[in-house]
Amino acid sequence: MTSPATGPLALLVSTRKGLWLLHGDAARQRFTLDGPHFLGHVIHHAVFDCRDRRTLLVAARTGHLGPTVFRSTDIGRTWKEASRPAAFPKAPAGETGRVVDHGFWLEPAHASEPNCWYMGTSPEGLFRSEDGGDTWSSVTGFNDHPRNAEWTRKEDLGTPDGPILHSIQIDPRDPRHFYIAMSGIGGGVFETRDGGSDWKPLNAGCAINFAPIPDPEFGHDPHCVRLHPLAPDLLYQQNHCGIYRMRRAEGRWVRIGDNMPKDVGDIGFPIELHPRDPRTAWVFPMDGTDVWPRTSPDGKPAVYRTRDEGESWQRQDRGLPSDQAWFTVRRQAMAVDAHEPLGIYFGTTHGEVWGSANEGAEWSCLARHLPLIHAVEAAEFAT
Amino acid sequence: MKIWIPQPLRSYTQQRSQVEANGATLAEVLADLDRRYPGIRFRMIDEQDGVRTHMKLFVNREQVDSLATSLHEGDEVHIFQALSGG
Repeated sequence: MTSPATGPLALLVSTRKGLWLLHGDAARQRFTLDGPHFLGHVIHHAVFDCRDRRTLLVAARTGHLGPTVFRSTDIGRTWKEASRPAAFPKAPAGETGRVVDHGFWLEPAHASEPNCWYMGTSPEGLFRSEDGGDTWSSVTGFNDHPRNAEWTRKEDLGTPDGPILHSIQIDPRDPRHFYIAMSGIGGGVFETRDGGSDWKPLNAGCAINFAPIPDPEFGHDPHCVRLHPLAPDLLYQQNHCGIYRMRRAEGRWVRIGDNMPKDVGDIGFPIELHPRDPRTAWVFPMDGTDVWPRTSPDGKPAVYRTRDEGESWQRQDRGLPSDQAWFTVRRQAMAVDAHEPLGIYFGTTHGEVWGSANEGAEWSCLARHLPLIHAVEAAEFAT
Repeated sequence: MKIWIPQPLRSYTQQRSQVEANGATLAEVLADLDRRYPGIRFRMIDEQDGVRTHMKLFVNREQVDSLATSLHEGDEVHIFQALSGG
């Protein structure tokens, strides 16, 4: 979206206990909670289809019941369950097959492929729907790639919720060119140029301080990767080992997190980009020292913004608690809208949603007392 | 035969706790159940035909793990969610 949005905005707040929609007024000053939807379901991701501006997809499961997808085409008033959720192929007799534990990342496919979606799962799997999320098929080029076992399938390792495939990023110039990232021992950033038939690791230059090999081909832990739609050869990455940028012509990740204040560091989970300015990005630093508390450094939460591709960073904490606030913000729990000025939002594992309607200059709490928040996405509905 | 449905799956059975399904094996009964109530099977049986970790199936009050278990007219199938978590 290159021109600012002006229509109704809602935030999709995915939590450990259900989904909430947070509807904003025209000024984005007052937000109204709508929900819970799917109370008791673990919602890892709810995503708005920016192509038709009306479809919502929700990746859900419960503590007992297996994974599924719910779909709405009326802003969450009614929902329909997928008739064939994502599932790995049945293994031959005598072999152990893979089982999708949960859908983790939903991504609309290229603009030229309406109704097509991708889903990344835990354990690491890639699936595609060509009917608006009703039925899902395995992307065999990845799930059955000859090197897949090297890159994935460490079921007991990875994030606390299991190894995940995330950060599906589509090149707006070419529906067959896209990126994925995986967090699990054996993971990293990977790229396909043929629609998912073949894949190559893309991790050169990225640190890996939890393995004895200094610059391996893969095995890294990207937390969140973003491609800018206006500059598709510019990638940003918040990694377990810092904040990075890659200009594809250079072919290596550069640690732009080295330009963060040393007492804050460059560890964190989400990274978000300005939809109209490829040089602007936001991160939410976490304490990555000692035993990795993964809370706001020193109990003083702040968003950091760069306007020059990471060459410098500015602290943005006006309105946020000044002390004794131990936020944790997960990799999908930060989002931007497309208004002017841009709005930016994040959700915490404490169940609070914070927002800024002026590009991070001032913050206010939009909702509190929700369950642990997994993801926040902005939805710019058609009027 | 009679199938008892646990509360978390009753959104598929119009909130009925007891329904009918037929088959000569547990696999066939679950397939018939899914035809009558689409989507219900995958929530309790994974893609490798394993009973999901926190679901339990009983035939005539005996727990079973294999979908190949034979069933006969008059058998009763109970589906439970396991006691797990607090």
